[in-house]
Amino acid sequence: MELWPGVRLHVVTGKGGTGKTTVAGALALALASGGNRILLLEVEGRQGIAQLFDVPPLPYAETRIAVGRDGGTVVAQAIDPEAAVLEYLQLFYNIKRGGAALKKIGAIDFATTIAPGLRDVLLTGKTGEQVRKRDRDNRFVWDAVVMDAPPTGRITRFLNVNTEVGSLARVGPIKNQADSVMRVMRSPETAVHMVTLLEEMPVQETIEGAHDLAEAGLPVGAVFVNMLQAEELPDAALLSDDPVSTSEIREGLVAAGIPERKRGLVKALHKEAVDHATRVQLQRRERDRLEETGLPLIDLPALPVIDLGALYQLAAAIDEQAPR
Amino acid sequence: MTRPFDVDALLADPDTRIIVCCGSGGVGKTTTAAAMALRAAEQGRHVVVLTIAPARRLAQSMGLTELDNTPRAVAGVSGGGSLDAMMLDMKRTFDELVEAHSDPERSRQVLENPFYQALSSSFAGTQEYMAMEKLGQLSRTAQEDGRWDLIVVDTPPSRSALDFLDAPERLGSFLDGRFIRLIGGGARGAGRGLGRVLGAGIGLASGVMKKVLGNQLLGDVSTFVQALDSIFGGFRARAEETFRILQEPGTAFVVVAAPEPDAVREASYFVDRLTTEEMPLAGLVLNRVTLPPDHSLSAEEAIVGAERLDREGVHSPTAALLRLHADTMRAARRQQNIADRFSAAHPTVAQAVVPALADDVHDMAGLREVGDLMTADLVDTWN
Repeated sequence: MELWPGVRLHVVTGKGGTGKTTVAGALALALASGGNRILLLEVEGRQGIAQLFDVPPLPYAETRIAVGRDGGTVVAQAIDPEAAVLEYLQLFYNIKRGGAALKKIGAIDFATTIAPGLRDVLLTGKTGEQVRKRDRDNRFVWDAVVMDAPPTGRITRFLNVNTEVGSLARVGPIKNQADSVMRVMRSPETAVHMVTLLEEMPVQETIEGAHDLAEAGLPVGAVFVNMLQAEELPDAALLSDDPVSTSEIREGLVAAGIPERKRGLVKALHKEAVDHATRVQLQRRERDRLEETGLPLIDLPALPVIDLGALYQLAAAIDEQAPR
Repeated sequence: MTRPFDVDALLADPDTRIIVCCGSGGVGKTTTAAAMALRAAEQGRHVVVLTIAPARRLAQSMGLTELDNTPRAVAGVSGGGSLDAMMLDMKRTFDELVEAHSDPERSRQVLENPFYQALSSSFAGTQEYMAMEKLGQLSRTAQEDGRWDLIVVDTPPSRSALDFLDAPERLGSFLDGRFIRLIGGGARGAGRGLGRVLGAGIGLASGVMKKVLGNQLLGDVSTFVQALDSIFGGFRARAEETFRILQEPGTAFVVVAAPEPDAVREASYFVDRLTTEEMPLAGLVLNRVTLPPDHSLSAEEAIVGAERLDREGVHSPTAALLRLHADTMRAARRQQNIADRFSAAHPTVAQAVVPALADDVHDMAGLREVGDLMTADLVDTWN
């Protein structure tokens, strides 16, 4: 069964440090599984995808970086705003000679690094183009496109760039281009997923971000709860101030054949139990807040090392929980 | 071997007048800045902390409920010092800058200009430029009336820590540059005067701009440039002037990171850059570190013990605890490796580690705890 039926653009956002690049990579793998062709887009020039998949830095050209679990491919592309702007000038305005002159006076620099409106028009424009791209037989080139998007704090403005551009340029080709991209972004073909940790600030940002997205008419997808710590103790212990008593630990260590070499060991293990219970309670509290949003939650376990193998593990977890 | 970062010495040194906390997003910069500011205040200094985007509950606990862009006293600070805190409002800072440099009529023209509104609320670099501008203002106030003897600055959340150093200059160059003048002039007649002066290439570029952006946007930019020109001297000069504060001897940079490959890589870039710019680096604060809970029981021994309990079907809570201990020991080892690699590349950079807390920091007690941990010299217990 297809994951997220009907969705062709998956936008993955999240607060800094929550692992949104990792989730975008795992999501691309999950979607590829079973023979799909998935395009994974990088828009912030960080080369995070290349590092994640352990491949050389991505060029502007589309590059195959991984295969899905039962066939399928993940192709990655780093959208370079400068290359995109020159491409656009040629494509939409048939300007070939102007590019070099614009670069010389700093206009390209302006469009690609300073004016976020223009830069975001380029990035989202290129994304929209990839989503709609068809081959000679008029079939979509990509079964789905996954974007490793800017962080939660900037995502609504990024995707909703049309309004911003609209206020600056009310008519003209830039406006037309932005409008057509917005049609893709606002359609049910798009899902904006948010990655979070079960901590106060990322959860708060997720709730506020989901609200802002919905207000801007952008379709919110799932919340990926990343780096979830497994609950190691029974419920009663986790809810107690004294999850595992020092006498239980002392006897347990003897039964386990571990000599108590230092007086501190029992105390250290006891503190680990208390910390674990506190951490689990925080996780539960924050998870409850997320559940109140009514958005689908997808749990991803904390893994010791993030490498290609770990990405397949996360992809499997996504595959199990994704709406279909 | 890693050199321990003596945070208390830095905070106590009367020559330390500005502390800038830098690092990539999500590493705990704001908490680090707030904890340092509180600690310095409770040790007798008169501190102001400029935060960018604190967590709501942390902001509330520091009394940062009003967004009025001015420092307010934080209640509940013990000792002989004082702590003021403020949250940066970038648009307001920009508006105030315009208002301070022109008569009401002219500033109204600028503030209502659509191009200015986009610039002051959404251009890349505006937040960094305004953070730097605010730092300049606080620093002047501190020198004039002696209200503060230490300024602690948190930096805007950005993809790269380097943006804090580069963005103001980039934005300043743009605002003073040829390009904005060209599109500004272009509206009055396709780069008339400029085209002649600067050559045919400009004429061509100007034609392209007109075609792409449309006349109305060019008109807004033109009005903006004309209004702003008469207001104050160049943006770039202003950015450079504020930038110099960062090179003064009383300024100390603190680089903040979490023990993850990406965050430490960012910290590395930043440290290299500070060295190139001859800016004073005080040290690295590594947040959310997992310390080995007890060296006397290795991960391997703990697993063997847990398996034995499982086999015999006894003491399941202790078995669970032993597995938890093994995971924690392994995590500590991995993180230590990441830190060791940083030390190998930057042997002279002092490091302080702050262990991961089980719960979020959202009140003064939490900030005090972070301050205690930061100064507890835990780098050695890690090894």
